[in-house]
Amino acid sequence: MWRGDYWFLLKNLILKDFRVRYRNMSLGMFWSLLNPLVMIGVWYFVFTKIFTNPIHHFGVFILCGIIPFNFFALAWSSSTTSVVDSAGLIKRIAVPREVIPIASVFSNCLHVVIQVGLLLVFVLTTGVGVNVYWLFLPVIWALELVFICGCALLFSALNVYVRDTRYFVDSANLVLFWLVPIFYPFSQVPMRFKELYQYNPIAALVLAMRDIVIESRAPSAVLMTKLTLVSFLALGIGFWGFRKLKPRFYDYL
Amino acid sequence: MKDDRKIIACENIWKSFRLHTSRRLLSQHLAAWFGEGAYHRFQALKGVSFDVARGEALAVIGSNGAGKSTLLSLVSGLTEPDKGVVKVNGRVAALLELGSGFHPDLTGTENVFLNAALLGFDERQTKTMLNDVVEFAGVREFINEPLRTYSSGMMLRLAFSVAVNVDPDILIIDEVLAVGDAEFQARCYERIHGFRRAGKTFLCVSHNKSVLMELCDRAIWLDQGEMMMCGKIGNVFEAYEGRAALPKPDAQ
Repeated sequence: MWRGDYWFLLKNLILKDFRVRYRNMSLGMFWSLLNPLVMIGVWYFVFTKIFTNPIHHFGVFILCGIIPFNFFALAWSSSTTSVVDSAGLIKRIAVPREVIPIASVFSNCLHVVIQVGLLLVFVLTTGVGVNVYWLFLPVIWALELVFICGCALLFSALNVYVRDTRYFVDSANLVLFWLVPIFYPFSQVPMRFKELYQYNPIAALVLAMRDIVIESRAPSAVLMTKLTLVSFLALGIGFWGFRKLKPRFYDYL
Repeated sequence: MKDDRKIIACENIWKSFRLHTSRRLLSQHLAAWFGEGAYHRFQALKGVSFDVARGEALAVIGSNGAGKSTLLSLVSGLTEPDKGVVKVNGRVAALLELGSGFHPDLTGTENVFLNAALLGFDERQTKTMLNDVVEFAGVREFINEPLRTYSSGMMLRLAFSVAVNVDPDILIIDEVLAVGDAEFQARCYERIHGFRRAGKTFLCVSHNKSVLMELCDRAIWLDQGEMMMCGKIGNVFEAYEGRAALPKPDAQ
């Protein structure tokens, strides 16, 4: 049984990911800013100059959709392979296995911080303005993290046994990109799908972000309830599944 | 009373591995589920039992593929036996492979922190021991260089140094000391003797008789997953060497 300092371990694993990712880049962390900036620039051009659309504050509108989605997609796919990628560690050191996918999720957080900074700049320069409901943002992001950790645990464990899982995740991300209201407003979603939409935590997060940032209002209680419910359910399933699957990791890696 | 002295107790442990020969496709998974031929399994350990008392040093000997490393993995808590019980009452630091838990792109210091965290140390303890680790490893000049620039000997120095400095109750070493030079090996022996005088337990796999005779007092001999003998190291080696010289009965 491993008895140690979980926080110190988590911190060191996250630091390792950071250092390995950025150390050999000449632009370093700047890439986390540059990538979304390029993306936004292209979309902004396509969706305001080529296809005209009636949405106000289109830049902020898109950022509210793409930041949560990108984080989810990246964290989900990188954490799915994390256990297999850390085979050397898992086969040689009796460290609690749960820490590995969770560290992988958290090591993507820097992107979010930088991109939320970018959002703030957009908000201030386009005259949308910061409001008191921004205080909700840490709460909804914490819920998103809970949900992603659940997915990370379950899928990283499955990926040990069925290595195709990562391709499934990549395809699912592709589908999800269009099922989350990134380019279109929620109001355009047909009535009969609306209820269901809010159960998708990523869509719920996007909706909550837009309520807060663009509409200056608190996200609805129903939305928050659904988001909380699904997030903690995912975390529960994740931990349960991981626990069931981890005893045989050694044999399959 | 007697159980208090036992730091490791293994009782009738069995361990097998599934052979992976191209059993990855869905059709093959399905075929296996519906009972068309079970997976081929390799029986790595067949009913091995032994105890280790606090402060003892145990060698595990046997030819390649005898199950020695599997046994150490079970004691280190990396995997569970199919049958039987493995009880370990203490913190383990295991050097099962050179460079496990180290990352080539991180510097020496960063790797020391990562490894200490993996072995269960906290931040304060790690900072306190950092100087001792670097001192003992003798790699101070290179400690801020990425690990990929280290030779395997230097990597061993750092890994061993972390493992002994995290103050484990049980130290497990699988054949890695061989890449160290004579001077460092001598210091390792001295450190392991000191470790044992402090009442700590030591487990070692090696093919080098003189190393084991120097460091251990008991030995177990494994052959194709079965325990052939367990006892004083001199006696076990005598029997092992006698047996190894004979042709295998099934070879004729």
